[in-house]
Amino acid sequence: MPSYVDPSKCDGCKGGDKTACMYICPNDLMVLEKTEMKAYNQEPDACWECYSCVKICPQGAIFVRGYDDFVPMGGQVHPMRSADSIMWTVKFRNGNLKRFKFPVRTTAEGAANAYVDQKGASLDDECLLLEANLPTPK
Amino acid sequence: MALPNKPKGELAAVVDPQIVEHDVDVLIVGGGMAACGTAFEIKKWAPADLKIVMVDKAALERSGAVAQGLSAINTYIGSNPIESYVKMVRNDLMGVVREDLIYDCGRHVDESVKLFEEWGLPIWKKDADGETLDGAKPAPTLREGGTPVRTGKWQIMINGESYKCIVAEPAKTALGADNVHERIFIVKLLLDKNKANQIAGAVGFSTRENAVHIYRCKTAMVACGGAVNIFRPRSTGEGKGRAWYPVWNAGSTYTMCAQVGATLTMMENRFTPARFKDGYGPVGAWFLLFKAKVQNGLGEFYANSDAVKEELAQFMPYGASPVTPTCLRNHLMINELKAGRGPIYMATDVALNAFLDDRRAKGLDEKEVKKYWKHLESEAWEDFLDMSVGQAGLWAGMDIEPEKTGSEIMPTEPYMLGSHSGCCGIWTSGPEESWVPDVKNPSRAHKYKWGYNRMTTVDGLFTAGDGVGASGHKFSSGSHAEGRICAKQMVKFCRDNASFKPELKQTAKELADEIYAPVKRYIEFVGASTAADVNPNYCKPAGLMMRLMKATDEYGGGVATYYMTSGKLLNICLDLLRLLREDAQKMAAGDLHELLRCWENYHRIWCVEAHIRHIEFRKESRYPGFYYRSDFPTCDDENWKCFVNSTFNPETQEWKCEKVEVINIIETEPWL
Ligand code: SF4
Ligand code: SF4
Repeated sequence: MPSYVDPSKCDGCKGGDKTACMYICPNDLMVLEKTEMKAYNQEPDACWECYSCVKICPQGAIFVRGYDDFVPMGGQVHPMRSADSIMWTVKFRNGNLKRFKFPVRTTAEGAANAYVDQKGASLDDECLLLEANLPTPK
Repeated sequence: MALPNKPKGELAAVVDPQIVEHDVDVLIVGGGMAACGTAFEIKKWAPADLKIVMVDKAALERSGAVAQGLSAINTYIGSNPIESYVKMVRNDLMGVVREDLIYDCGRHVDESVKLFEEWGLPIWKKDADGETLDGAKPAPTLREGGTPVRTGKWQIMINGESYKCIVAEPAKTALGADNVHERIFIVKLLLDKNKANQIAGAVGFSTRENAVHIYRCKTAMVACGGAVNIFRPRSTGEGKGRAWYPVWNAGSTYTMCAQVGATLTMMENRFTPARFKDGYGPVGAWFLLFKAKVQNGLGEFYANSDAVKEELAQFMPYGASPVTPTCLRNHLMINELKAGRGPIYMATDVALNAFLDDRRAKGLDEKEVKKYWKHLESEAWEDFLDMSVGQAGLWAGMDIEPEKTGSEIMPTEPYMLGSHSGCCGIWTSGPEESWVPDVKNPSRAHKYKWGYNRMTTVDGLFTAGDGVGASGHKFSSGSHAEGRICAKQMVKFCRDNASFKPELKQTAKELADEIYAPVKRYIEFVGASTAADVNPNYCKPAGLMMRLMKATDEYGGGVATYYMTSGKLLNICLDLLRLLREDAQKMAAGDLHELLRCWENYHRIWCVEAHIRHIEFRKESRYPGFYYRSDFPTCDDENWKCFVNSTFNPETQEWKCEKVEVINIIETEPWL
C-alpha cells in the first residue's frame, strides 16, 4: 500500500533541506523534487506502508492507497497522531466508516528517563543497571 | 520527452565522494531495539572519556523491525520460571538451541520491559475484576506489581504504535544526539592490520550526501536485523513492499560479520510465518487473545483431527507439546493445501461471536453486549493498526468485517532472522558463568564461552537481537535486553584492551573506491544505451534482486515448490549464486538511493548463500513446514541433533561447515 503525496497540501516542508518525510522513512523512499518543491515516493514497490511518513507530515499531505496488485480500490486508512494518542479512520470500499482511538504514550515527549547520571557497580559480573542477584538455572 | 538515460533519484552520485574519518572506542552499527538497548546501557558502565558512536541507516525513532509499532511484547517472563521459557524455545526450535543464551536473555528481559513502561509505553493491565484496561488507564506499573494482560504464557498486550519512538528517545539522550549518526549505511566491517582476528572499524556511506564514512574502533556491536526479499515473495508487484518482516532488513548483520570471519550458526534455519494472506497482518493475537481457530476449505477445524495427531507423532518429542512448534503448525497447513483442501481460514467470525455469546450467557443484556462489542472490535482492529496497517487497508478494500467473515491465512515466503520464531545467526560466547558449558576445544566455533558475553568469534565484535543465532524467541524486548548485555561487555573489552590502537589494512582511498564502485561503473558506461536501466556493461540493483529471488524460490525451497528442495537443487542454487556474486560486481548506481540498494543486494546474496550452504550440509529436514529436503525428508535426531556452524576465512576466502554439539543445561526429563 504505497504512500503518495497530495500536491495541493505538500509545501516541501517550507523549503528546508531536510523534509520531515525524507527524515523519517526507514526505507529511504521519500524525496523532494526541488523545482516544484514537492515530495514523492521514489520506489512505491519497496514501501512497507509503515505510515511513518504519513504520521509525521506537518501538512497532512501524505496518504496511502492500497497496493495495486491485491487491494481493491476505494478503501483508505488514515491516522491523526498527537503526543499521547492516535485516531484512525478506516474507510471501506462500500463507504462505511469506522474510527478507533488508541493511546500511544503515557509520558511527555522528551521525558523518558535515560538514567544519565547513574553508574553500574562492577564490570566483572553479569548484572545490568538496576539489576541484582541474578538467578542461575536449576 | 527526454531520453531516460539519466540517474533516477533526486540525489545524484558523483565519482569522488568526500571521505570522513572517525576515531571512536565503541561503534554501534544499527538502530533497532538491540542497538537502542546498547546505547541506553553503555553509558552506565563507560568511563567519561570513552567515545561511543551509533550509526543507523535510517532515523532512530522509526528504524528497525519495530518502526511501525507493535501490538504485543512477546517475551515477558513475569512469574514464570525462566527454565520453562528455555524449554518452550527449545521445543519450538526443534531441539537445536543454545540454552545458555536463552536462559541469559530470560533473566534480563523483564528489566527492559519495565524500563519501556517507565519511559511511556502503554501496557495493558487487568483490573481487580479481571477486565482489560488499556495502557493509558491508571493502574499499578509492572514494577509496582501490576498485572499485565497475558495472551499466551509469554506475551503481553500493549498500545504500541509509538513503541520504537519511546525506546529510541532515552538511547539518543544517553549517547548525546551528536553521537548518533543517522542515514549512514555501514556496509563492511574492517579487521585490524596488526592483530589477527580483531575488529578495527567499519566503513559506509551517507544516503544524503556524497560522503564515505570510515570508523576506527576498538570494539563494535553489529545489529542490523534479519534478511528480507531474499526469496521471491508471493506479491511481486507493488505488494512486494508488504513483506512480513521489515523490507529494509537486507541480511547486513550476517554478511558483514561473516566476511570478517565470524562463525555463523544454524543458517539453515528460516522463518516462514503463516500470516493473513497478502496483508501479512499478525495472527498471534487472533490465536491467543481471541482464541480463533483455523478452518480448511471444507470448513473443517483440522488442527485437532486424529490424522493430525498421527502426523505430529512422527516428530517426537517436539510434536507432543501442547503448543505445536511453529514449523510443524505450518507443516500441517501445507499438507492441507497440497491435498487441495485449501484455502485455510482464520475463523475470526466464529471466535468473536463466541465472546459475545459468552457474555450473553453470563446474563448481559443486548445494550451491554453492544458496549462490550465496541471494546472487542477496537482491540481486534488495534492489533493491525499498531503494527500492520496494510492488513487493515486490505480489509477496508475488501469490505471485510472480521465478525462477519473469516480471512484467509497462508504461509509466506521465507525470511532469515534470529530474534523471532527463527534462530539463524552468529555464534557467540555465552555469559562467563559456571553453568555455561566449558567445552575443551581450541576452536571458538565449538565453545560456549570465551570471556565476553555475546562476543562473536572475532575479538571485539559483538552482536545482538537478530544477530545472535541458535536462540530465537527474544522478540523486541529480548533483543533490547541482549543489546544491553553487549553494552557492558564492550566496556569491559575496552578496559581489558586499553593499549590496543586500531589500525586499518586498507587506505581510505581504497575503501572509498570500493564503496563507490557502482557509481563509477554507472558514470563510465551510462552513455552506451539510451535507457539507463538497460545496458550491456552493468546491471541495476532492482533487476539483480529479482534474479536472486527467482533462483532461491525455484531451487532453494521457496513458495514455488511448497518449500521443497534437494541436494541436487541446492547445488544448482549455489551455482546460480556464484554467478550472481560475480555479476554483483557489475551493479551500477546513478544516485545515492540506488547505491544503498546495490549494497543491500551484496549483503542479501552473501547471507542467502550461507543459508543454502547450511541446508545442503545438513542431511535431514530439521524444520518441516519451513523447508523440506526430498532426499532427506525426515527430522533425524540420531545424526543431526547438532548445530551446523560455518566460518568464512577472510584470508583464504574459503568456507568451512562443521557439526557442533548441543549441550542441554535445563533438564530434558521432562522435556517440557
Ligand atoms: S513532510 Fe509533508 S509537507 Fe513536508 S515535504 Fe514531505 S509531504 Fe511535503
Ligand atoms: S509508508 Fe513507510 S516505507 Fe512507505 S514511504 Fe512512508 S515511511 Fe517510507
